[in-house]
Amino acid sequence: MKKSNWDKSKNLNSLLEVRDLSVDIPVAAGELHAVRSVSFTVQPSETLCLVGESGCGKSMTALAIMNLLPRVAKRSAKFLTFFDMNLMGLSEREMADIRGDRMTMIFQEPMTSLNPSYTIGNQLEEAMMRHRQVSRTEARQRAIFLLEKVGITAARRRLRQYPHQLSGGLRQRVMIAMALMCDPELIIADEPTTALDVTIQAQILHLLSGLRREFHMAMILITHDLGIVARVADRVAIMYAGQIVETGTVREVFERPMHPYTSGLLACIPVPGKTKRGEFLGSIPGMVPTPIGEVRGCSFYNRCNYVQPSCKDIDIALRELGDGRAYRCVLEPEAYRASAKVVRL
Amino acid sequence: MKAIPSLELRDIHRTFMISRGFLKGRQPLYAVNGVSLAVHKGEVLGLVGESGCGKTTVARMLLGLLPPSQGEILIDGRGMVGENRRTVARKIQPIFQDPYSSLNPRKTVGSIISLPLRVHRIGDPSSWPNKVEEILDLVGLPKRVFHSYPGQLSGGQRQRVAIARALIMRPEVVICDEPTSSLDVSVQAQILNLLIALRKELGLTYILISHNLAVVEHLATRVAVMYLGRIVEEAETDRLFRKPRHPYTKALLESVLTPEPGRGVPEIHLGAGFPNPLEPPPGCTFHPRCVFAKPECSREGPPARRGEEGYVACHLYS
Repeated sequence: MKKSNWDKSKNLNSLLEVRDLSVDIPVAAGELHAVRSVSFTVQPSETLCLVGESGCGKSMTALAIMNLLPRVAKRSAKFLTFFDMNLMGLSEREMADIRGDRMTMIFQEPMTSLNPSYTIGNQLEEAMMRHRQVSRTEARQRAIFLLEKVGITAARRRLRQYPHQLSGGLRQRVMIAMALMCDPELIIADEPTTALDVTIQAQILHLLSGLRREFHMAMILITHDLGIVARVADRVAIMYAGQIVETGTVREVFERPMHPYTSGLLACIPVPGKTKRGEFLGSIPGMVPTPIGEVRGCSFYNRCNYVQPSCKDIDIALRELGDGRAYRCVLEPEAYRASAKVVRL
Repeated sequence: MKAIPSLELRDIHRTFMISRGFLKGRQPLYAVNGVSLAVHKGEVLGLVGESGCGKTTVARMLLGLLPPSQGEILIDGRGMVGENRRTVARKIQPIFQDPYSSLNPRKTVGSIISLPLRVHRIGDPSSWPNKVEEILDLVGLPKRVFHSYPGQLSGGQRQRVAIARALIMRPEVVICDEPTSSLDVSVQAQILNLLIALRKELGLTYILISHNLAVVEHLATRVAVMYLGRIVEEAETDRLFRKPRHPYTKALLESVLTPEPGRGVPEIHLGAGFPNPLEPPPGCTFHPRCVFAKPECSREGPPARRGEEGYVACHLYS
């Protein structure tokens, strides 16, 4: 599919629409429900953050969208549409045409996602020549332009270097440049800064959000770091044990969390100037469950301070509050807010 | 008279000889380059800096795992060099970053935790299980994990085992090298709370090495900032976070992303990347990245000043 057939300015409701996406992986102990009926939409040039702890299914959700799941995993969805294409119905060949072109991904560890035996230039050019009718010279021009955009000096010389000759921060910049080669509409960034130093992390995130604005891209950012979420996201989806437990704009979710897990997470992190030094942080007792086999009831019930007898057995639906705000809990918004104040003290 | 510090470093250097390749000979890498620090009983000293700045090398020297090339390490005022490894180990114990690789997967939790007792032949072997159970209780693990293997435990539980092993000898100083960075957010808070509680209960002294400044701010009483093997600033936590003086400290503090929506990602004023430690820049090693760099910064090393406000090594304060 040629890019020219697509019109970026076309008035679309949403760029990506995910409805009831599930991923099941057979393991020795039974079926692992890695992603359970996840639904969300991404609007053009918007940043959505998928947040959660390890094993909550955030990376699996991303891989399911890209159709890069491990072979044994089973994907199902009511619909999964990107523009007006149904991604569920595409063949691997058609999907490969979209991947790297319209929709790209940045992974956590740049060293494992770059090929050590090809030069940076080779790998950048390939990304463009796979999808477009361009000569190597044109592709190289684009590569140099983008390497300079991501803040790499002496870009022309860098093209001849191999990944091992670059530092971690530079490698991640190369990965970002590679993701931008075909001017995609959607970037999925899976923990793009976790392996980097704090100073480099801030620089990369600054760069990423600047480029996102400049090239009018939408971004799905996957992270466990609530600090990053607050600074980068427009909207947030908090995931727990394969489900979205709360979603809304970043301000709504951070200032008025509705789900006990969200408020628990927010209380867990020390904030310079806010949390009192040397005092106990809020914490969530217990540990994250693994949804294997038949799962019933709220998956958070065994760690929740507001647990009620019914939580264990009844599946809890996502409560919609309008404007994309929703949460998955039996508590009434008012009831929870009142009790939340008591706990914070 | 000032109390004798529990642990003191006096102008410590550590140089590694790095091979440059076939027939090219070796080249020195100055991993730690003149570090002086003192930690008093009950303090929590935070040690922060980017990867490659020498934090972990300092920790390994403090544990006696690596002799310093030059300089002196004093424990309770007595020199450590020449001291028996075991004597050092009774006073100073480590907690490492990755509880997946720091615990032997083929030993039971009980055997891992009691190993220091066996090595040091402390007490009667029949009393060891009781001691282990006592310490399990202290770190918040159920007694039934005694016969479990590390593979059966979660990351948070493994880190608790590592803490239990460090504490069974009742050391004075615990060196925590990135104790929570491989853990999930909710578990990180549990472990930090445990460290806070243990410090109060046992009067421990911590050296907390971390790149997470929010964690350091929360736990530490004093913070030292390292850059390329040197300490560039050291001050009380409060003062350092409220009024950072060294440009590098300022940049580090700017890069802390607090969970406050609407503030955006800050622009970090650190031009170039972390320099190659094999070829450190001349003069002040920070000058190529510094926004306040003056001509003399690239010629001379910065003067060190120690005053009421703490320690800072920068031409701006000469």
